[in-house]
Amino acid sequence: MATTPDNGAAGTQLLDRELSGLDHLETALPTGPSRVARVWAAAWPKLLAIALALLAWQLVVWSGWKPEYVLPGPRKVWDSFVENFGTNMDAAWTTLQRGFKGFAFALVIGTIVGALVARNRILRSAIGSLITGLQTMPSVAWFPLAILLFKLGEGAIFFVVVLGAAPSIANGLINGIDQIQPILLRAGTVLGARRWKLFRHVILPAALPSFVGGLKQGWAFAWRSLLAGELIVLIPGQFSLGQQLDANRQLNDSAGVIAVMIVILIIGILVDALLFGTAERRIRRRYGLVDTAAA
Amino acid sequence: MYGHADNAVPALDKVSLDVRRGEFVCLLGASGCGKSTLLNLVAGLDAPTAGTVEVDGRTTLMFQEAALFPWLTAQGNVELALKLQRVPKATRRARVQELLGVVHLEGFERKLPHELSGGMRQRVQLARALAQGADILLMDEPFGALDAMTRDLLHDEIERLWREQGLTILFVTHNVREAVRLGDRVVLLSSRPGRVVTEFPVGIPRPRRIESHPVADLAAVITDELREEVRRHGDDT
Repeated sequence: MATTPDNGAAGTQLLDRELSGLDHLETALPTGPSRVARVWAAAWPKLLAIALALLAWQLVVWSGWKPEYVLPGPRKVWDSFVENFGTNMDAAWTTLQRGFKGFAFALVIGTIVGALVARNRILRSAIGSLITGLQTMPSVAWFPLAILLFKLGEGAIFFVVVLGAAPSIANGLINGIDQIQPILLRAGTVLGARRWKLFRHVILPAALPSFVGGLKQGWAFAWRSLLAGELIVLIPGQFSLGQQLDANRQLNDSAGVIAVMIVILIIGILVDALLFGTAERRIRRRYGLVDTAAA
Repeated sequence: MYGHADNAVPALDKVSLDVRRGEFVCLLGASGCGKSTLLNLVAGLDAPTAGTVEVDGRTTLMFQEAALFPWLTAQGNVELALKLQRVPKATRRARVQELLGVVHLEGFERKLPHELSGGMRQRVQLARALAQGADILLMDEPFGALDAMTRDLLHDEIERLWREQGLTILFVTHNVREAVRLGDRVVLLSSRPGRVVTEFPVGIPRPRRIESHPVADLAAVITDELREEVRRHGDDT
């Protein structure tokens, strides 16, 4: 380099050009494949897997392992799915509402508890391992107590859904806060962020990738607890997915049972992939983390 | 300054150092000399266990690397510094533009840290530090992770900013030539505990170049002294 910094405006200009030259050399970004190509690349393995699963199912039915009224083939299940679509959607709506209500409450509780435990040493040694313990506890085990406390009603289901989701959410936040690079906290302090401002502008955003992971896991637990709850706590006159499963079983309608199961599976996949998967991918991309969750 | 910090093994002991307003001082030392502790004390992040630190002015600290908030763009990082200084929203954007212009980053405002090169990230950090309106800039091995070419350019850049903005700079490095290239004075620290061993006034007129003979010659003298200091620790054990 021929330039030196102290020969006035000409030197500054030269420096400017050298810097921007280097900048452009170092930030040339490769262009990825087109959107259509990407969607297709993600879609065809899934479509193939579904086709193979349907084929295997049909083969089992054809083998005559079980009579067809016990194990119906895809065709019969499809007919039942179409026929009961309206009822199943009503039921799904009730179930989803319960799920979102419980999850929203768990989100508030889990975030507050997680933030407190992560930032307070005494609280952590007091209840840190209890949170992980609660996470491993099967939610079905809560139902006897929940029924005694809240009777056979919405309250019992809500209680168990919240208990299913909140520990995962809290743990996601705790892990996220634990993994924050100390230099980011120091940088925040140097910039003058203290207490709430440090939490709001540095700690929370820095913990976000792990927190969203916790939300995703929390939803999975909430959804499981919810379906278990709807099978155990049957509320008369209420359509819900769990109640539909039970009703179809009592009518010996296998096709109906499987159709409801497929609705449950589809909702699970949609919420997980569309809501949490998308959020997770966006965050990881923004933070410059490796995109391992390629879907 | 007179610092003495930390529990059983003091990181710093009887460090006495005066820095004049507008001076560019480079701190040089081997591992364990408490360079970072010293900067933390001056920045007010730590309190000395004994002695006093007197700072007349506002300080800011710039780190080696990865100290930008990865979820904020170049613009967002600088703007957060202004926000935390309670700069009103209306004037913030213009000030951000101005600061990124000062470090030659026009056109990269909306880039995220991981989309920028190492040298560009350090310039965003520099802009963020300037956004705090400090007149004392503490730099903790800020160019340690950069390639030689980028580092050369940033030497020119920091020298220009120092001159134009009338900053006082305390610059920690383990690169002897870098210290001679930049400093008005090079202060050599001993290790465990950190003490001031010697000071070298750098009489080489600016503009300087890191590969020039006068810089290399003085660097050789300082390097010998530094090695002598490291050798002393070999004798201890």
